[in-house]
Amino acid sequence: MRQETAAFSSALLAFAEAHPEVVTLSADLGDSCELIGFRTRYPERYFHMGIAEQNMVSWAAGLAREGFRPVVCTFGVFLYRRALDQIEMSLASSRLPVILVGFVPGLTTSRGRTHQAINDVGVLRTIPKLTIIDCGDATEVAGALEAAYAVDGPVYIRMLRGCVPRIFDGVAPFELGRSRELDGGLERGVSEQEPQVTLVSSSICTAEALPVVAKLRAEGVRIRHIHVSTLKPFGDALLLDALANAECGIVTYENHSVVGGLGSATAELLLERGIAKPLIRLGIPDTYAQSGSLPYLLSTYGMDAAALEDSIHDLVARGS
Amino acid sequence: MQGQDKTTQGRTAGERIRAAAAAVRKANVEIALRLGGAYLTQACSGAEIVCALYMGMADLGPSLGPRNAQPVGSDPDTAADPQLRGSLYNGVPADGGASPERDRLFISACHYATTVYAALVEAGRLDAGALEHVGEDGYNLDIVAAEHSPGYETASGSLGQTVSIAAGVAHAYKLKGWPGRVFCLLTDGELNEGQDWECFQLAAKMGLDNLIVVVDVNHQQGEGWTYDILPLDPLGARFESFGWDRVWVDGHDPDQLLRAPGVEHAGKPLAILCETDPAHGIPALEELVPDHFVDVCDGNRSLLEAALADLDARSGSTVGGGA
Repeated sequence: MRQETAAFSSALLAFAEAHPEVVTLSADLGDSCELIGFRTRYPERYFHMGIAEQNMVSWAAGLAREGFRPVVCTFGVFLYRRALDQIEMSLASSRLPVILVGFVPGLTTSRGRTHQAINDVGVLRTIPKLTIIDCGDATEVAGALEAAYAVDGPVYIRMLRGCVPRIFDGVAPFELGRSRELDGGLERGVSEQEPQVTLVSSSICTAEALPVVAKLRAEGVRIRHIHVSTLKPFGDALLLDALANAECGIVTYENHSVVGGLGSATAELLLERGIAKPLIRLGIPDTYAQSGSLPYLLSTYGMDAAALEDSIHDLVARGS
Repeated sequence: MQGQDKTTQGRTAGERIRAAAAAVRKANVEIALRLGGAYLTQACSGAEIVCALYMGMADLGPSLGPRNAQPVGSDPDTAADPQLRGSLYNGVPADGGASPERDRLFISACHYATTVYAALVEAGRLDAGALEHVGEDGYNLDIVAAEHSPGYETASGSLGQTVSIAAGVAHAYKLKGWPGRVFCLLTDGELNEGQDWECFQLAAKMGLDNLIVVVDVNHQQGEGWTYDILPLDPLGARFESFGWDRVWVDGHDPDQLLRAPGVEHAGKPLAILCETDPAHGIPALEELVPDHFVDVCDGNRSLLEAALADLDARSGSTVGGGA
């Protein structure tokens, strides 16, 4: 799997070039949010808002009211925790088209709990009129801004930076509300055989899962692997089909707390659709996390390859 | 827009605002008696300020809103239904395309809703009959206003946010080269919020001299006097130290209010600090203040009824006299 750098930085430049009304707001984390390219190319469209996220979000609402399309960038954790009320009452209540770009989602920062957005999806999923995107690869990073632009309302994007895997190379670009099926790294339309286990993954967990799925498939386990990148609205036809046809059960695998995110949304869907299958939610347990490297954190919180393998084996064993 | 200008009716703008303010207080006493309570002290402190904003202080252009109270559904979505926007009453068209030369008005003081509605009536932007629907279920004249309430462009009830939105609009006007000014009505109690000061420091850094905040300094907030809860003094010096120009005015003197936006403030945002009295114009309230919300009870009902007669004499008919 190829790793790429500057995926967001390039995407933002292309986005800004296509839409002259796009402006970028930074809460003093421009370097950490890959904004320097934009700042250099479009200094008159780049605004230092200071370390003041609440004002930044409401200010963006004012710019949006006047026809600008603000892209508000900082770490996700400082958006949904610090400026939650502003996201609700300044943006969502008036359904203003502001794009909130939240960097270092989940455990993708080594800086510890103050920087880890572990429950952003859970919190933000409860906000009316807000769309939530969770990028899983460089193709999605490249397409998320344009997809968000087409939404008539505020959008929160869990954005990846730095080295980002390219999983969906040469296939369909990001499409809002459409999950993707993976087959050994390639996408295909429908599964040919009923799966024993349906794996639903998001964010960096999709890349983490690929070698595990390949290994288990080689062992004869029938797995359907669905990648989800739109968390609100949630539950498209492909996902529903994969959930309904899982013989032994479903594993959700997310770079987020097991409370409120992909796993919770899937559980809601299963019950609403009357799909009575076991569900294992892999993600950050209901805890604040340590600081450290990604492999260390995934291992510490039961989210690494071994944990995923065990979960799938567990469902197969229970179902046979 | 000078206070000394004589109108065709032979009254100065200041005199018309004074009469309108008395009518606003009267309408609020009526609302209090009818509903069992109202944000009366805010009407007393803010009546002249709000009337002045609609009658010459800001150049808003004509109202574009319906003249009557409007029914609202379960989700008043002003994006889906622009005809519900409270900003229509401040001259902002439903398509959002404001006139570059006109001023904008943002009201952060959500508790001033009944004061704003009554001022809209006095400024000829709303029919007097609309006030009968204040606080009625299923109508847009909420007691605490949001963006579907006449005169309000934002959901300002969570304090501190609207001035940032107004500053964002002022910033947008600068980027577009539009000459219009952006007014934002705040109160001193709201200035407890950190976000206001986040906004003030950035507005100064950006040199938004088209941003004018008008602060009703009535010295009261939810639980008491501001100097007991969280002192703001020296408020003028605070604004100055944040890089703003500021001017103190008597918030009950329409002529001072009308002149204040013209105070020189090149390259800096301007704060118009309005010294006010939350019992002004209704002596019956003097023993009650500070009082965030006046509940009508047996003990004060007759006093408020007497205040009505007094205000009747002073307000006269001003409907249609607005700018």
